[in-house]
Amino acid sequence: MIHTTHNETASPKGIDAHVAARQRWMGLLARADAKALEKAWAELEDKPAYVVLRTPETGMVMVRARTGGEGQQFNFGEMSVTRCVVRTDTGHQGHAYIAGRNKTHATIAAVLDALLQVPERHEALDADILEPIRYRLNLQDNETADKVAATRVDFFTLVRGDD
Amino acid sequence: MYVAVKGGEKAIENAHRLLAQDRRGNPGVPELTVVQIKEQMSLAVDRVMTEGSLYDRDLAALAIKQARGDLVEAIFLLRAFRTTLPRFATSNPIDTTAMKARRRISATYKDLPGGQLLGPTFDYTHRLLDFALMAESEAPDVATSPSNDEALPRVTSLLNAEGLIEQENSDDTAPVSDLTREPLDFPANRDLRLQNLARGDEGFVLAMGYSSQRGYGNTHPFAGEIRMGEVEVVIEPEELGFAISIGDITVTECEMINQFKGSATEAPKFTRGYGLSFGEAERKAMAMALVDRSLRARELGEEVQNPAQDEEFVLYHTDNVEASGFVQHLKLPHYVDFQGELEMVRNLRAEQAHVHAQEQMLKAGE
Repeated sequence: MIHTTHNETASPKGIDAHVAARQRWMGLLARADAKALEKAWAELEDKPAYVVLRTPETGMVMVRARTGGEGQQFNFGEMSVTRCVVRTDTGHQGHAYIAGRNKTHATIAAVLDALLQVPERHEALDADILEPIRYRLNLQDNETADKVAATRVDFFTLVRGDD
Repeated sequence: MYVAVKGGEKAIENAHRLLAQDRRGNPGVPELTVVQIKEQMSLAVDRVMTEGSLYDRDLAALAIKQARGDLVEAIFLLRAFRTTLPRFATSNPIDTTAMKARRRISATYKDLPGGQLLGPTFDYTHRLLDFALMAESEAPDVATSPSNDEALPRVTSLLNAEGLIEQENSDDTAPVSDLTREPLDFPANRDLRLQNLARGDEGFVLAMGYSSQRGYGNTHPFAGEIRMGEVEVVIEPEELGFAISIGDITVTECEMINQFKGSATEAPKFTRGYGLSFGEAERKAMAMALVDRSLRARELGEEVQNPAQDEEFVLYHTDNVEASGFVQHLKLPHYVDFQGELEMVRNLRAEQAHVHAQEQMLKAGE
């Protein structure tokens, strides 16, 4: 069954539309399959020139959780993350924070973040870069959900004895 | 006493080469790849990430290979590596209610919104060795069934609706302890205890939880809910000024529901124990939830009588990197210490023999 959780639907309140859109594409770029993203990047026409403002660097994020899933915060454990900041010749700054240690992924994501901010380029990039990511994530989610759904327990009650 | 001794460099170097050769095993057998470990020893990877306290599947798999499958050694390697990395940020709290669950069960409600999803579990297997796995095989087909987007409300929220279970306090202004930054301090608040238990040794936490079930601390637990699946991690980098999602991690969560008799000021109600682990680590999450509840004895006004309720005893002994280090340091050269002890025992014996001889002489003279 097809659900489309990775489509750009809910827009957080009180945040301007541009930021909301940027949050969504940054989340998609972070979840892109690194190999597929490299390929899409290689095939992209009119790549901008860019300077690296913050060289790709791997570090950690301390992941917080809540007691009982909803209470007081606690430090759960860390995860690896790689960040990068670039400025393209279009004059835009691109940022990336990507789970894991793939510096190429972080660099490409940062450049694309900058490029997606260029109004004239956005639509084509959305179709060429973001849409395949959305499609793959939705497909994966749906496949997983359908497999899990087959393990759902259907209880039936045995009535015994006199009525 | 500690005295530096030179020597043994060549022996150490050769021992490490021998280790490398033994790690490789029979060269006629194909070498295990890190990717294979990541894909096919995934629960070992999850344990190493949880207790290594660093979510990185590739690094955990590498550590397992390097440690020849010794998971505590692999956890040590991962912990050592994490000290080389800077911390960029602290995430917003993960939202496990919004988890894309691959497993979700409750032992307290048969019919609950969203249903019971078994997912990939060892439960209900017969624990008979499967000799078919001795041969290479294709990935088996699995059944699918149309899924829906039904939300999975927390089981505790069902009890919350009736006011029968304690409410979690979600005061976000309270400071959050971090034992990677400050040493363990007592009395330890629940945030510090949970961080300690989350990275604690599964065997130790399991044994402590087990002891609480067997009567050393009476908490009457029910597995209210266990869920496993993916949650997104969101950070708010200062330079951006807004929240961004950096990816998903797999976690296992367990909520234990426990009896509470009530007190002079509070009506009887259920209380909660919480367990959370990286990846698929259900036994660990369940054990952690038991121990979390036991360690809440003090704040719930219960008498602290048993090991699992004693926060100093538990929290000082959860860490298998520290425990392993302290136990194993005994094999390092203690030649000088031991010479001292040897001398002392010889002296004590000589003194005792002297006293004895004098007594004999006195007796003989009477």
